[in-house]
Amino acid sequence: MVSKAGSIGIEGVSHAFELRGRTLPVLDGIDFTVAPGEFVALLGPSGCGKSTLLRLVAGLEPPRAGRILVDDEPVAGPDPSRIIMFQDPTLYPWRTVRANAQLGLEARGQLKGQGARVDEALSLVGLENFAGAYPHELSGGMAQRAALARALVNDPRVLMLDEPLGKLDSLTRLQMQRELSRLWEREGFTVLLVTHDVEEALLLADRVLVLSDRPARILADIAVDEARPRHRDSPRLIALRREILELLGLAEAA
Amino acid sequence: MSSTAQTAGLDLAERLAAARPAPGLWATGLVAAIVWLVAASIILGLPDADDLGRTEELAGAAALIGGVILAATLLIGRLPSGPEALSTRIRAGGPWLIVLPLALIAWELVTAKLDWLPRPFFAAPQSILEVFTDDWARLGESVLRSLILVVPGYLLGAALGFVTGVAMGWSRLVGYWVHPVIRLIGPLPATAWLPVAFFAFSTSRGASTFLIALASGFPVAVLTWSGVASVGKSYYDVARTMGASPWFLVRKVAVPAAMPSVFVGLFMGLGASFSVLVVAEMMGVRAGIGWYLQWAQGWAAYANMYAALLVMAVMCSSAVSLLFRVRDRLLSWQKGLVRW
Ligand SMILES: Nc1ncnc2c1ncn2[C@@H]1O[C@H](COP(=O)(O)OP(=O)(O)O)[C@@H](O)[C@H]1O
Ligand SMILES: [Mg+2]
Repeated sequence: MVSKAGSIGIEGVSHAFELRGRTLPVLDGIDFTVAPGEFVALLGPSGCGKSTLLRLVAGLEPPRAGRILVDDEPVAGPDPSRIIMFQDPTLYPWRTVRANAQLGLEARGQLKGQGARVDEALSLVGLENFAGAYPHELSGGMAQRAALARALVNDPRVLMLDEPLGKLDSLTRLQMQRELSRLWEREGFTVLLVTHDVEEALLLADRVLVLSDRPARILADIAVDEARPRHRDSPRLIALRREILELLGLAEAA
Repeated sequence: MSSTAQTAGLDLAERLAAARPAPGLWATGLVAAIVWLVAASIILGLPDADDLGRTEELAGAAALIGGVILAATLLIGRLPSGPEALSTRIRAGGPWLIVLPLALIAWELVTAKLDWLPRPFFAAPQSILEVFTDDWARLGESVLRSLILVVPGYLLGAALGFVTGVAMGWSRLVGYWVHPVIRLIGPLPATAWLPVAFFAFSTSRGASTFLIALASGFPVAVLTWSGVASVGKSYYDVARTMGASPWFLVRKVAVPAAMPSVFVGLFMGLGASFSVLVVAEMMGVRAGIGWYLQWAQGWAAYANMYAALLVMAVMCSSAVSLLFRVRDRLLSWQKGLVRW
């Protein structure tokens, strides 16, 4: 059986933006690998370059230096096997939830006969009864679920989540964290999750990569050696949380 | 505490019930029917100050309207009610149904009956009715000729403007070359091209179509362009990661996202088209409602002139209504659309 998950190799990746004639270094020699099916969280201060790194892996932009490999192939551009889910759901307001979810199939001309897949993705995220709704009729959590369904329809081998729960209220957030975890266990794809929530990273990920201030470097690569299902008040997670906050220079907050 | 809440709730319910007209009786409608009947009797009862035609017919029309409203007053209680129901919409029009006959009475008095306003410039209502009863064939033909002229021109201009706008918004190269041209020439009123157009085109029809297309094309191009240019980059990123081709991005992302703006352009273009239409008809086409208007003015047939103005207003307003209908259909996903 072909593995449903992709491996990722980041080799000495640096990136910078030109901003009003000045060069703004954003990523500084990032190196790491992700095994197929692994769940890796990227944790770092706001503006350090986390989203940029995801955009590079997605192939939306080429890196200034270094190489990005997915399944040992250099990334040359966007590909439906690598899907990003952004912090904003970015659903198309003129499309219903269902029409949004089938975007990828439609874009690749594979829509015919694949209606069942769209329905399946919608019911995976619990939106089967809102297929005909327009985005402005959805709550924040529902919109984010719809965006998730739109990603899942493509059967990604690598799913990149860019602070997908950042704007949700705390209860919806907890619920969505649980659902994400279940989904990952069920589907088995590789996940790169960007978050600025230490607890979220520890609850969900196999490994947490802690990034420095801009330009981002990897400060630590921490394996979360705790069995699932996890509880936020387990002693091991609390210890890891303290360690990470110290790395981020927020020791007193721990 | 709960009892106060309950009383307050009852109070509110009572007041809401009082604000809603009692089912069965439609008081406003009854008043409206009476005023229309009064208008009919004034028109018929008071003698005309001059020898005017169609006075009886005007009175008959007013009486007929009064009768219809009276019938509606009796029947409206049996129609289904609800926010979108026919009966609700009829009720909403009630105040207008009272004010209209009042205005008719006032107009009738100061022109036909008392002769306070100088005729023929201020035409009496029955004189305008007379135009419709006696000259409907020519009016109708004029409307038809105008539509035959304006519709193809408008559609042509809108289509070209739309394509130009999308190309400008999408391609930097097209934007580079077309933008300065549009910027220089676009704001020029299309009517300024009139002498050139009538010289350059062998037929007045060709010239007018060109001018109308120019008038509608410019706003459509500019607003389509701005609509496409303001589409968020993230909308494209989402589709790109899923394997969308550039052509897909144009058709399924840029264009639908720009549609609200495109409709503003179509609306502005419609107004510009009508204004060019009227001028073109007055200047060279010698047919159509604009020409009728000028012809009536030339013969001092003021009643005909007002009748033509009325017809033109209905024509333009219907065109805008149609456009808004189409927009409401296509953009039903938007919230808070302005109703026309
Ligand atoms: N397209 C761009 N052009 C210029 N600067 C950018 C661009 N994208 C991001 N940046 C800058 O790069 C830095 C890192 O951005 P980002 O990756 O979004 O940070 P994070 O996701 O970690 O908060 C920020 O300072 C941001 O302003
Ligand atoms: Mg970010």
